[in-house]
Amino acid sequence: MAILAELQRRFGDAIVEIHDHRADHTAVVARDALLAVLAHCRDDVALAFDVLMDLTAVDYLKFPGREDGPRFDVVYHLYSITHNHRLRLKVRVDEDDASVPSVVALWPIANWLEREVWDMFGVRFEGHPDLRRLLMYEEFVGHPLRKDYPISRRQPLIGPAS
Amino acid sequence: MARTTRREFMLGEGSGTGSGPQNVHVGVGPAHPAMHGIIRIEAELDGEVIVGAEVEIGYLHRAFEKDCEQGGWNNAIPFTDRLNYVSPLINNFGYASAVEKLLGVDVTERCKYIRVIMSEISRICDHLTCVGASAMELGAFTVFLYMIKAREFLWELVEDVTGARLTISYGRVGGVKADLPDGFAEKTLKALKQTREVLDEVHRLLTGNRIFMDRMVGVGALSREETIGYAITGPLLRAVGVPYDVRRAQPYYVYDRLEFEIPTQKDGDNYARYLVRMAEMEQSMRIVEQALATIPSGPINVDFEGRAIDPAAYVDQGKQGKTEGLLLVPITLSPNLEGQQRAAHRRVNVADKRVVLPPKETAYGSIEGLMNHFMLIMEGYGIRPPAGEAYVAVEGANGELGFYVVSDGSDRPYRVRCRPPCLPPVAALHRMITGEMVADLIPTFGSVNMIGGELDR
Amino acid sequence: MGVGSFFTGKLDEAIGWARKYSIFQYPFVTACCGMEYMATACSHYDIDRFGAGLPRFSPRQADVLFVVGTISHKMAPVLKRVYDQMTEPKWVVAFGVCTCTGGFYDNYATVMGIDTIIPVDIYIPGCPPRPESVIDGLMKLQDKIAAQAQRY
Repeated sequence: MAILAELQRRFGDAIVEIHDHRADHTAVVARDALLAVLAHCRDDVALAFDVLMDLTAVDYLKFPGREDGPRFDVVYHLYSITHNHRLRLKVRVDEDDASVPSVVALWPIANWLEREVWDMFGVRFEGHPDLRRLLMYEEFVGHPLRKDYPISRRQPLIGPAS
Repeated sequence: MARTTRREFMLGEGSGTGSGPQNVHVGVGPAHPAMHGIIRIEAELDGEVIVGAEVEIGYLHRAFEKDCEQGGWNNAIPFTDRLNYVSPLINNFGYASAVEKLLGVDVTERCKYIRVIMSEISRICDHLTCVGASAMELGAFTVFLYMIKAREFLWELVEDVTGARLTISYGRVGGVKADLPDGFAEKTLKALKQTREVLDEVHRLLTGNRIFMDRMVGVGALSREETIGYAITGPLLRAVGVPYDVRRAQPYYVYDRLEFEIPTQKDGDNYARYLVRMAEMEQSMRIVEQALATIPSGPINVDFEGRAIDPAAYVDQGKQGKTEGLLLVPITLSPNLEGQQRAAHRRVNVADKRVVLPPKETAYGSIEGLMNHFMLIMEGYGIRPPAGEAYVAVEGANGELGFYVVSDGSDRPYRVRCRPPCLPPVAALHRMITGEMVADLIPTFGSVNMIGGELDR
Repeated sequence: MGVGSFFTGKLDEAIGWARKYSIFQYPFVTACCGMEYMATACSHYDIDRFGAGLPRFSPRQADVLFVVGTISHKMAPVLKRVYDQMTEPKWVVAFGVCTCTGGFYDNYATVMGIDTIIPVDIYIPGCPPRPESVIDGLMKLQDKIAAQAQRY
């Protein structure tokens, strides 16, 4: 909890929400402050989150209570080898303005992880050097992990469609 | 005329070699003999030196994360088998642990030990396959045959416990499918002895072998900073000297009670990765031996004390509604096709019936078991973790295997995200091979141990 | 039955016998089934006994295409191309349930059975099939090779 209190003290309103559900430290960050918060987390000696363990997104389109709210959460899981602690940061984005600043400059692994999120959810990353699909092929239309993409809608390159 | 050395020729510096605008683009994969796994590497070659590389993945994308959202929480277990299909048990337990964290339940002591034992056996299988396959690609076919032989010994153990060789679906939310069979400890110790013999032979064949060393030492190296920046964990991170291992850093199950070392190396090249993997297998065997020596008998057995009866009679009585007390009787039907000769596996799980699927023998053999199964599987029933999110990391064979699960309070996962341990090394692959010779691509790719199911999900 | 057809009949048998014991396979390994393929190919189960021990990794030198593991829509054109590159006579084995029908991956990413793309001679179901069933499938393929009309 100390990490979250420290972040709140330092960034004030930019930390929209915090929780500790099942002892996972989680903070929801305002999009404008995202880069500053992530850079601070990486470079601050007391935090030293040197590993971006995971970067993913969740589509809250059908989540009870979130149907109207911001549609996507982009989720960053950070880990510090030095201090052996973890932190989850989330940023909420709307469907019509689904873009987040890219963190490739902070962690090179973000390159592929951001490409995957773009591929699967259609969230753009501003400043990404090469935002292409990672897993699906270029001819594929849509973003399959969105809740409104039906699981059986196939787009074959060759062979029958059904 | 000055003689052009081989290196100068390769680098395009000597006489008559030319350089610069003659670069050739070579596509390696997705179907390539020396690639176990489907991935495409578009390499730009200047002579024989790779000056740039582009890696493309996704050829085995099977929509794991989307599939998990379609069924109940337990229905995702078979999909997790097929993530890292060389060590499926670790995936099973990782996913189950994530859901357990979401539910707030803890599994029994005996179950924790079983999970540790089976995870470590899986880890040995994974390293055996990785080292064996990459040695084969360097021409050491013997090593591959030896390693697969050793893996076969271990798979027999896995089959005894789970009923399947590879895609085992043995983990359950709140427990495991069945208890360890009779005589498991002795069989395991024997298999470990045989595995040690194979590893000894392989050490004699490879470690210090001139050809092997020439291909591995100093090849495919990655610096410490870059390894961390690319979020690489597991043997590749330990090969650059960072002793990070989830089992030690954030101990889960009973790893904090067991003694083991975390082998590290300094150089971060292919040879260091090979040494780390070989040393880790020995440590995993140590863990299995300790766990087998200290495994407690669980409270689970208490429910199932009683007389053994003929399975046909058991089913008959269930059909007639004479079900009282039947749940407390072990039946002699075996899941392993050995018929009635063998005692049924006993149940290992938490006491809460609303979480754990009943054992198959019960589900098919008694009306209460069937109802219990039904209530957990039927749409609209089943496990319902409270709304929320949880991330659990376990040490997979390739590094930190994380599961991030989100629940909306219903009976099916809202989102399941797998943090694949072999995606970061493949993302950094172009850094490892750029500047090396084209033939070095093969051992480097082998040492990365890319597993398609996990990489592309 | 004329004398000519008697001789070609016997010749067919002889060629079929020779072909069934010299299977050069191309393992198109993509996924989980590859682990069982490895196990089958190695010393424990030893498919060398059936004359199929030597994989050729060039489609032009192979007779039997083993499609081992899930084929995604991204991979399908590659599979088709490898098949087209093989020379006659050629056979295809669908190894594992994903290649037979798509298996339990009924979703946007996977091909519902490779027979929607290329013709298949032998289906080996299982997820993954045990080495015993692979060997069974291989022997069925041998019977098929021996019994069919030979082109040469």
